[in-house]
Order: sequence, then structure tokens, then C-alpha cells
Amino acid sequence: MADTSVNRPSFIALSRRPWFWAWVASAAAYGATLLLIDGGGGIDLIQAALTFAAFSAIVGIGQMFVITLGPGNVDLSIPATMTLAATLSLKFMGGSAGLILPGLVVAVGVGFSAGVANYLLIRMLRIPPIIATLSASFLYQSLAIWSNRGLRIKPPQALSDFTTGTLLGVPNVALVGLAVALAAWVLLERSTFGRWISAFGQNERAARLSGVPVEMVRALTFIGSAVLAGFTGYLLASFSGGAALNMGTEYLLISIAVVVIGGCSIAGGYSNVPGIWGGALFMFLIVSMLNSYGLGAGFRLMITGAIIIGIVAAASGRDPQ
Amino acid sequence: MSSRFRILLPVLSLAVLLAAVFYMQPRAMSYFGLNLLFNLAVPIALATVAQMMIIMVNDIDLSTGTFVSFVACVTATFLNDAPLVGLLILAGAIAVYAALGALIEARQLPAIVVTLGMSFVWGGLAVLILPSPGGSAPGWIRALMTAKPPLVPMAIVASVLLAAVAHFVVMRTSTGAILRAVGGNARAVSRSGWSVIRLRAGAYALAGFFGVLSGITLVGLTTSADANIALRYTLLSIAGVILGGGEFTGGRVSPVGAVIGALTLALAGSFLSFMRLSPDWQIGAQGAILILVLAVRLVFARNGRRKEAQHG
Repeated sequence: MADTSVNRPSFIALSRRPWFWAWVASAAAYGATLLLIDGGGGIDLIQAALTFAAFSAIVGIGQMFVITLGPGNVDLSIPATMTLAATLSLKFMGGSAGLILPGLVVAVGVGFSAGVANYLLIRMLRIPPIIATLSASFLYQSLAIWSNRGLRIKPPQALSDFTTGTLLGVPNVALVGLAVALAAWVLLERSTFGRWISAFGQNERAARLSGVPVEMVRALTFIGSAVLAGFTGYLLASFSGGAALNMGTEYLLISIAVVVIGGCSIAGGYSNVPGIWGGALFMFLIVSMLNSYGLGAGFRLMITGAIIIGIVAAASGRDPQ
Repeated sequence: MSSRFRILLPVLSLAVLLAAVFYMQPRAMSYFGLNLLFNLAVPIALATVAQMMIIMVNDIDLSTGTFVSFVACVTATFLNDAPLVGLLILAGAIAVYAALGALIEARQLPAIVVTLGMSFVWGGLAVLILPSPGGSAPGWIRALMTAKPPLVPMAIVASVLLAAVAHFVVMRTSTGAILRAVGGNARAVSRSGWSVIRLRAGAYALAGFFGVLSGITLVGLTTSADANIALRYTLLSIAGVILGGGEFTGGRVSPVGAVIGALTLALAGSFLSFMRLSPDWQIGAQGAILILVLAVRLVFARNGRRKEAQHG
């Protein structure tokens, strides 16, 4: 994918980027919301959007790498992994400030184990990833329910302050999300591994024949997705004051939606990181826009769904290359 | 895997599980016991057949759970208060399903994303209809679901009936054969003069129809509804199809197997309560059973291939 338009920042070159429209749509939703709240609270809205979009973006990036692998590759265990990692890490920390970093290790470790388990199921049972991650998610969910026991353990105060705090007006969580996105961008666009993932998604057979270690690529991709899910679970639970058993539920839909809205090819092979953030911001801003128009939860859900379908229907005519 | 092979494993897993239940709790081996064991199986089986119709044409429906919840809300409100309006809404919902199938084929959209979007739409509609749990079941469906036919409990009678009807439609009619062919090789079907758009719409309409039945029967059992009543049906229905020997591609599905798969999943829950395991493990056990069956299936398939190699 030789890109000659890099040094030519004209609008047309920009608008050809796959992530462009996600950002335009986010800006439009932001503007439409501001119109209604009479210009006041614009900063608050951006802060809230950055915070909530960060959670969606981090899980979305993991899901993006998985979807890049091609048709049938979707990680359906993200919600259960988030919940399990959040539950176990908060239980481990028990509200003690000294255990914040070890708690993070626990959350990431849970994600890592879930990713390894997912991959082993795919590899050893030779089943489509969608079924492997689905059946595994049942187990993770049960483990989370069992270890949670209906108790809501509070996160350590320092961690809670960090996740809800800001640095120079930018929410800390958003900074973390941006750092993850930057790392993912380097990995996808500037590293051999990123090329391997894209090659895998474009043509697995050709990739295999040209010497791409396909099984390693697949393993690392699924592990990465689960690790990011575990990490998000840790952040989200600390942000919202404790782990809840249904905390991951909406992220299954969101993680796939941000990938699609972000202009990545759902058939795999062609992905981009800026679009994930654009899609994540859009998913939050569209809800707050509908909110500010006084629409109830029912209408909000319906319109969100209609927009997702509209975007794929419109994007399907576009050549992913 | 031959089709006879395909049905063997689901039957076997159900039999093993049932035997384990009877061994641990001999009193379950009665009319009343079976009724209790398979109590919630009928709506799950219907949802599984609905999912099977979609998997048959190589797609996957991530909105099954919210759709069944939506139907349950309509059943507990409109179908109860104003049956005609209720029926019109449900017919409209089936038409929407058909339209989705046509849209997916016409624009070559990924079904997983479209149905994901639809899950928001159905969920939203369900919340609009029933913002808080409530409503009540129409008398006739309540009577039907709690009927006590002689000798065999209602859940089993209904499951056998469902398996027979689904098997007839999918495996014994020419339309069913063409629909499975769409999953096998859509291009070949299109080249031989069929409208794949119309066929995919048909498969989706069938899925909508069985989804509607699932929601109605669910309300018949629970007597009231809420917007989240059947969310787990999405995963359960996919698991049921796979347990029943269905495959993700190639239109290789088994309606009888799907019903048996759903019964196995329903039984897994009851099995655990007999084991005195906490209900926390219920979904976990369903996942474990799914993995176990897939592992056994892999062994079967390998043996099958080895035999083929020896003969060839």
C-alpha cells in the first residue's frame, strides 16, 4: 500500500482515508449536541466523550486486530474477559493502594490466560473462532459470577482517582487510550507483525506460502485482544467504582461497531487505528446527541442500530483498498 | 461427515446427559420430573431453529436474543390486549427479517454487523413497549404451554413436533433443498436461474417466524415479559445449532439435531442443580458441554477421514 498522498494534505486526499468519515460523523454529532445545549458544557461533553470512548477504543483495537485476520475471526469473549479480569483484580486488590500495580498484572494476566485458552480452542478443536470464543466466554462468565458472589469490592482510592481524574484537562483514561492507540498504530502500520496480520487477512494461503508464521500471528492476535479486554475491565471497574457482572455486556456490540464505523474492512485484511477512535467517539456522541434531544433509551437504541446498518450499507459499495 | 453421523453425536450427548441425571436423581424419571427438566426447552428450541435457518445460508444472527425479547414484549402487551394489532406487529417483524435477508444479499453486507445493528433496534423497540417488566400472557398460550397431555410432558411433545416440522421444511421440500444450496454454493444457485436475493429473504423470513414462536411460547411459560428476558438466547441458539451437528458453512445443518442440541443445553442447567452445584456454573457448564461435544466431533471426523483414506 504505497501511499503517495502523505505529503499532500489536501481535503480530497484526507477524505479518501477510510477513517475520515467516522471523524466527520463524530464532529457532526458533537455539533448537533452543542446546538441544543446552547454552547454551554462543550468542554464537559468532550471530556465525557474522550473518557467513555477510551474504553470502547481499547477493546475496539483488540477486536480490530482479530477482525483483520479475515472472515469468521471475531472475539466474542471480550465482555466475559472484561468482567472476569475486573472481578478478579478488584478482589485481589481489596481496596489497598499498595496493590494497584500487582492488580494490573492480575487483570492483564487474566486477559492473557483467556487469550491463550481461546487460541488453544481454535487450534486444537479446529473450530471457527466465533464458536471457540463464544463457548469459552460461557466459562469465563461463570468464573466471574462464582468469584464475584454479589459483592461489590471498591477499587483502591488512588486508582479510582486516577481513572476519574484529568491531566491538563484531558481525562487520564483518554491518555491511556491514546497511548494504546499509538502503540497499535505503530504495530499495524510500521512493523513486520502488522504486515503479517494484514497479509493473513487478505489471503491466508498466500501469506502462509510466503513464509508468514500464520499460527503465531493468529495466537498473538487473539491473546492481544483478550489482554486489552482484561485491561479495559480493570480500568472500567476502577472508573465506575467496582466490578459488575454485566459491565462488559454492551462492549460486545460496541467493539465490533467501532471497527465497522472506523472504516476497517469487516472481511479482514484492511484496518486502520484512527478510525477506531473516530468510531468510539461517534458511538458515545450519537447517544449523547439523542439524549440531549430528549429521546428515551428505546429510541436511542433504535437509532444507534439503524445508523450502524446504514453505515455498513453505505460503505459496502466502497472499495476497501 | 455423513448426515447419519451428524445426528448420532447430538443424540448421544443428550442420552448421556439424561442418563447421568436419572442416575443421580431417579425420581426425575417420571412425567413430573421430565416436565421440570425440560420446562424452558421449547422457546430455546424454537430460537435455535430460527438461528439454524440463518446459519443454513452461511450467515449468523446476533440479534436472536433481542428479537425474542421484543416478541415476548409484544406478546405480553399487544397480543394480549388487542390480538389483531399484535398479530400485525409480529407479521411486520417477520417482514423486516425478510427485508434484512434481501438487503444483505443485494448489497453483499456482512450479516454479523447487520444483525448486530438490528439487535439495537429490537432492543430499543422492546424497551419502548415495556419500559419495566410486566404485561401478561394471553390465556390461550398460557393454556397451551401448561397443558398436560397424557403420558408425555408438553415440552417433549412440542419439541418432537417442532423437530418434525423443521425437518420436513428444510430437508424434505424442494425449497428447503434450494435454501441449503444457497449456503453450499450461492453462485451456482444464482447461475441456475434462482434469485438468491429472494431465497436469502426466505431463509430470514423463516428465522423470523420461528423467532416469533419462540417469544410467544416463552411468555406462555413466564406469564410476563421484560425487555431483557431472552438476551442469552443469542448465544444459546448458536450453541444449540453447533451442538446439533450444524456447521458454519456449506448449508450443512440438521433441524432434528438443532432441536436436540437445544434440549441438551436446557438439560445441562437442570443437571447442575441435581449435582447440587451452584447455579453460578450453569452457563459455564453449557460452555463446557459445547467444547466437549466439539472435541468429540473432531475425533469422529478424524476417524471418518482415516476410513475414507483406507477405502480410497
